[in-house]
Amino acid sequence: MTIGIKKVARPREMSFPESLYLVEIVKGLGVTMGHMLGNIVRQEGIKTIEYPEVRRRMPPRFRGKHRLMKRENGSPRCVACYCCATACPAKCITIVAGESPDPAVEKYPVRFDIDMLRCVFCGMCVEACPCDAIRMDTGWFTPPDDTREKLIFTIDMLLEK
Amino acid sequence: MSGPLFDLTVAIARIAVFFAFCFGLVVVMTWVERKGAAYIQDRRGPNRADILGVRAWGLFHPLADALKFLFKEDFIPDNAHRLFYQLAPMFSLAPAILGIAIIPFGPDVTVLGRKVALQIADLNVGILYLFAVSGMTVYGVVLAGWASGSKYPLLGGLRSSAQMLSYEVSMGLSLMGIFMVFESVRMSQIVTGQGGLLFGVLPKWGVFVQPLGFILFLVAQYAEANRTPFDLPEGESELVAGYHTEYGSFKFSMFMMAEYLHMVVGAAVVATLFFGGWQFPYLADAGFLFPGGAAVTLPPAAVFLLRIGAFVAKVLFFAWLYVWVRWTIPRFRYDQVMRLGWKVMLPLALLNIFATGLIMLLLKK
Repeated sequence: MTIGIKKVARPREMSFPESLYLVEIVKGLGVTMGHMLGNIVRQEGIKTIEYPEVRRRMPPRFRGKHRLMKRENGSPRCVACYCCATACPAKCITIVAGESPDPAVEKYPVRFDIDMLRCVFCGMCVEACPCDAIRMDTGWFTPPDDTREKLIFTIDMLLEK
Repeated sequence: MSGPLFDLTVAIARIAVFFAFCFGLVVVMTWVERKGAAYIQDRRGPNRADILGVRAWGLFHPLADALKFLFKEDFIPDNAHRLFYQLAPMFSLAPAILGIAIIPFGPDVTVLGRKVALQIADLNVGILYLFAVSGMTVYGVVLAGWASGSKYPLLGGLRSSAQMLSYEVSMGLSLMGIFMVFESVRMSQIVTGQGGLLFGVLPKWGVFVQPLGFILFLVAQYAEANRTPFDLPEGESELVAGYHTEYGSFKFSMFMMAEYLHMVVGAAVVATLFFGGWQFPYLADAGFLFPGGAAVTLPPAAVFLLRIGAFVAKVLFFAWLYVWVRWTIPRFRYDQVMRLGWKVMLPLALLNIFATGLIMLLLKK
């Protein structure tokens, strides 16, 4: 086959009654009325969801809000190694390390803030973590809020999730 | 009650009731438009505004909208011509409501032994007054476009002036057939003329005697009201929001109300001229008179209510038709609008006048 000529399907010429548009417009009105009546009768068939009350189920590997894991005794699993903060391309993780009261553990995070406004949800922090202390499996994205301060998540908020 | 006092009371009462009807319908139509659009597009539409937890399918949204418009900052852009910028919404809103003055809402009623027409003014020039008033609406749009001192409103204003002037011609000509058939331009006489029967079966409504005139008039009305598929003056995909781009707060809501008033008044005009106004099919003054000879006698009050109900139902249907058409048909391209107006509508309107005249001449012989 020679290169260059491809036959593109064109719409056929309109017949005379079609070119008057009147019948076609009435048909179109029928389609829209069908949709409207169908949606009034079957409200549950409407595609949109009532967002804050009803939430879509995200796929299992969806990278959402972060959460910090806990040990059996309830203390954070994080050892403040800064791996996640180093891996983060958006530089949104701020960690302040402190000496852990538990003799088996060297350090613990005094502060662990994630600036959700800067986070790009890449999941690098989760991959970098040597202790499986940070996960992004909450299945939901950052909810809207009215100040920037409320969107910097502190360690307490992250441990709760 | 003495004569002049009675007349004054009746005049004020009529104006109050008919204006309340129109503005009430405007409020309802904004809700119908939003909700109807949503259901046509498989969405849910407005349903969040609530009063004490009662949501009532979003019926409170028009109220919320009105409050929002009232409390927004009344902003005038630096480049705007201050006087004309503020006059434009008034020029838009006033002619839109004036048209309702000549619409007969029902048959004459007898109050305190006197005859009262359910019509604000039964002008002898009738529909010509409507043309004069609707011709004024173009000033609002053009003035808004020019006075805003910004390029998109100017383009919208230019488009709308050309479009409205073009369709005004075919709108006037498309009604000539109606005047010829009913031999009057007086609205009340046109409605009474539609009470008879055609071939003994069909009601003698304008749509049955003037089918082509009806289609032409309906299309021209949509163009005059700047509604889709003729909403090029707004054309949000090209002109941001067209002639009201620079308007906010209550001034914008006046343009919005003008648009919906056009719909309501337009629906009333179509119902009056082409669908028998307050005439109920086969309903005479004493009750139903069916073509087969069957008759049902009704008390005068029931006849009156049926006729008012028929008029309101027709108005509601045609107001809904505006919404329905808007969410069905896409917008025209500008050259298509002009071609349709001058090359299709105008010759067809002239043909309609010629054909009507010919048929009337042949029938008279």
